[in-house]
Amino acid sequence: MDKLNSYKLGPDQNGRFGIFGGRFVAETLMPLILDLEKSYQQAKEDDSFISELAYLNKYYTGRPSPLYFAERLTDYLKTAKIYFKRDELNHTGSHKINNCLGQILLAKRMGKTRIIAETGAGQHGVAVATVSARFGLPCVIYMGAKDIERQKPNVFRMKLLGAKVVPVRSGNATLKDAMNEALRDWVANVNDTFYIIGTVAGPHPYPEMVRDFQSIIGKETKEQILDQEGRLPDQLIACIGGGSNAMGLFYPFLDDINVKITGIEAGGMGLQGDKHCASLTAGRPGVLHGNRTYLLQDDEGQIIEGHSISAGLDYPGIGPEHAWLKESGRVQYVAITDSEAVEAFKICTKTEGIIPALEPSHAIAHLINIAPNLSKNDLVVMNLCGRGDKDIFTIAEHLNMEI
Amino acid sequence: MTVRIDNCFETLKLTNKKALIAFLTAGDPNYNLSLELIKSLPEAGADIIEIGMPFSDPMADGPSIQASSLRAINSGHKMEKTFEMIESFRKDNSHTPIILMGYFNPIYNYGVNSFIKKIIDIEVDGVIVVDLPPEEDNELCDALEIADLSFIRLVTPTTNSDRLNKILQKTSGFLYYVSIAGITGSKRPEMNEVETAVKEIKTKTNIPIGVGFGIRTKDDIERIGTFADGVIVGSVLVDIIKNNENESAIKDKIVKKVREFASAV
Ligand SMILES: Cc1ncc(COP(=O)(O)O)c(C=O)c1O
Repeated sequence: MDKLNSYKLGPDQNGRFGIFGGRFVAETLMPLILDLEKSYQQAKEDDSFISELAYLNKYYTGRPSPLYFAERLTDYLKTAKIYFKRDELNHTGSHKINNCLGQILLAKRMGKTRIIAETGAGQHGVAVATVSARFGLPCVIYMGAKDIERQKPNVFRMKLLGAKVVPVRSGNATLKDAMNEALRDWVANVNDTFYIIGTVAGPHPYPEMVRDFQSIIGKETKEQILDQEGRLPDQLIACIGGGSNAMGLFYPFLDDINVKITGIEAGGMGLQGDKHCASLTAGRPGVLHGNRTYLLQDDEGQIIEGHSISAGLDYPGIGPEHAWLKESGRVQYVAITDSEAVEAFKICTKTEGIIPALEPSHAIAHLINIAPNLSKNDLVVMNLCGRGDKDIFTIAEHLNMEI
Repeated sequence: MTVRIDNCFETLKLTNKKALIAFLTAGDPNYNLSLELIKSLPEAGADIIEIGMPFSDPMADGPSIQASSLRAINSGHKMEKTFEMIESFRKDNSHTPIILMGYFNPIYNYGVNSFIKKIIDIEVDGVIVVDLPPEEDNELCDALEIADLSFIRLVTPTTNSDRLNKILQKTSGFLYYVSIAGITGSKRPEMNEVETAVKEIKTKTNIPIGVGFGIRTKDDIERIGTFADGVIVGSVLVDIIKNNENESAIKDKIVKKVREFASAV
């Protein structure tokens, strides 16, 4: 692949991936994100930053995560050879820690003394609270009041870790409102505060920075599959909320054009009404939270609250790089419904003895759907980006069972 | 038109007065009352009217204006209705400048070109878009300039001198100095700091400067009038809508508040 045709060149110096991305923030924040961009560009070239992050990834998170041949699921589906990238084994139980470690090291480098973050399901909030405890920085987590109700175990974990969890009641009281509130906090605390965004969204440089920190998933996968199978996979599959675990897996493979790549959005109760979170498959371009991207919005450009059984996918936007990858045709995006995800959750649990989070259960469901069309010789890698302990209450409710 | 705003500041200058710029959200709490409120502002003493275009995710706004936006959206307000209101207002008022303020998504969704065509048509004078910093405002700003409409840019306590020069290049009508690092209606500004900042900006430009965000009292308005060219009040007005059920009480109280403020500039 020659340089000009590479899919890995974005973003440009204005933070754009094609027309997507950018820095749509209030003037108060502009100097801060420019400063962040500069600091990040320096840090990523700095050996001491790189080696400290590598050390923490290895000894704190437990990387590299295994690339695991899911033999029983493969047998069950009678299809291609299925591999799981086991990021659910990370400390804190999901891929979110990869990004949080990178950002908190940067916060420290920049001399920031206070951490803020938004969270939906609470996985990112837990990861932020964890690294804040590890580095001794106070942290404030903004979480929609509705999500606080839905995700009690994670709220408790954050509190144990010393975080202050602030319920957000504005708007619809879910993730997008939590992000608005974190941005408002940042505008009001410009000198000491570092905002750890949890996905590949937000103003430049966040989409790039979070992608880079998550790319360790794809880099490891590439080495591991070459080591275990002697060749690249035929297909990659990952679920998409804001898109960080997916970007992390996909990015190192973008220029390997024979690798088919599919991102799985939350189809909720189906794409007909508005009970879903499929911004790419059913939304339109707009501007929210600092970037231009695909959004769920009404005819007036007001943002619509989506729905997904999985709180981690319940976001009306999507990282701008995904918007660009969709339009360029390099990555396919597909929606999976709540029910399909729950069914996949059960199959994975029973066949592999692994309880997946509801988010990657969407990716497993897609795998199940396409299984009949795959050949036995195909290699497929699915990003098992989180474990399902947090979801047992939701599953019980969906199945009408008592815990 | 830029000229309506320019004339406004020049006329005030002749009598050594400053501009009172009053903000209300279009459609808050409903179309009819909102229109009535806006029509009552010039008589009460507002020199310029800033009309908020409601947005579901107003990330630079505090609880007061967030709630105001939601009230408008929940009442079924739409962009076209904002335009209708302005058309109706202009039928009996051709001199008070009107500035539309909001976030980019509803404008982008409407279509930048259609939006500009429409606001020329109904005689809007300027636009403030909170989430379009100079790095991102070309697609709107250039088209506004060609149409001779003001694009009012914001300067904040975090704006350094490099950025200030950049911002000054394309702002017209007036410059909006955000008096706090924060969201609307939150902290109270530190007046000495605001004064220093505004004086510093005045060494670089002759364009009038309006100060807003967190201004709630007559005293603050009086003080700002001693060093700036205009004062913007918003949260304190929309709070009156939140705190009162009775429509005529809302109107009376807003008119009274604006009168009180006008007497201080
Ligand atoms: C396990 C898990 N997977 C996926 C997501 C969605 O985020 P992203 O698309 O950024 O990976 C979340 C978010 O909370 C999560 O907890």
